[in-house]
Amino acid sequence: MARMTILYFAALRDASGVACEVVDSAAPDLRALYNELQARHALPFPARQLRVAVDGDFAAWDEAPRDGTEVAFIPPVSGG
Amino acid sequence: MVDALLASTALPNARPWMAGRDDPKPVMFRQGWQKEKFPNQSPQMKRFTLADTPFDTTTLRANLLDERVGGYASFEGWVRNHNADRIVHGLRYEAYAALAESEGEKVLDEALEKFDIIDARCVHRVGDLAIGELAVWVGVSAAHRDAAFAACRYVIDEVKARVPIWKHERYREGDAGWLHPEP
Repeated sequence: MARMTILYFAALRDASGVACEVVDSAAPDLRALYNELQARHALPFPARQLRVAVDGDFAAWDEAPRDGTEVAFIPPVSGG
Repeated sequence: MVDALLASTALPNARPWMAGRDDPKPVMFRQGWQKEKFPNQSPQMKRFTLADTPFDTTTLRANLLDERVGGYASFEGWVRNHNADRIVHGLRYEAYAALAESEGEKVLDEALEKFDIIDARCVHRVGDLAIGELAVWVGVSAAHRDAAFAACRYVIDEVKARVPIWKHERYREGDAGWLHPEP
């Protein structure tokens, strides 16, 4: 079981209703972690449309969630 | 709008567009003394910056010019009054600040590696913007124009594609929404 801080941005934040939350999860990888949270909050994107970041760096979906980290799900960007 | 910005500055947690940055810092641009002190551009110097207030491109441009420069190219992205078929009344940019700054820095590092340029900078606004405000600025200096144009194009394209910044548009009809284009 890992305890993480999850950050939500843009439409993901609107859907979850929070900018961040602390989550305990036994998900084997970040993709499974997202799938759990997607189900809980009815998040509007499948994982394949997102990128994931851990502690401020882009990460791979098959990485294992690590206790004490900050995980951010990055919806499609629209700067510029 | 100025009042609202000043008020929100007093409350660090009241700036959702800067979410993810632990300690919001004022925007700092390179000053003349730094140019003398660090003639070869120290590695810790920031080339990509998020700005939560309007910024002055004259200073940014001046900081890129020196005796080696034969060509300077810039791109300015402005808030327009429409998108697709909708009339837009204003917008807000939100960033995952920590990652936006590091990814933006990577884009500029790549531009310096790929193109024969002297230097490059990018500033992107966050927060609430009105129609006609400057949203993003890219400046590139080079000995010759081809590299300056190409690098400028590369930077704005990569920033738009990769840097975690999101646009929230407000429409004439009163509704609003995030833009999340499919990759």
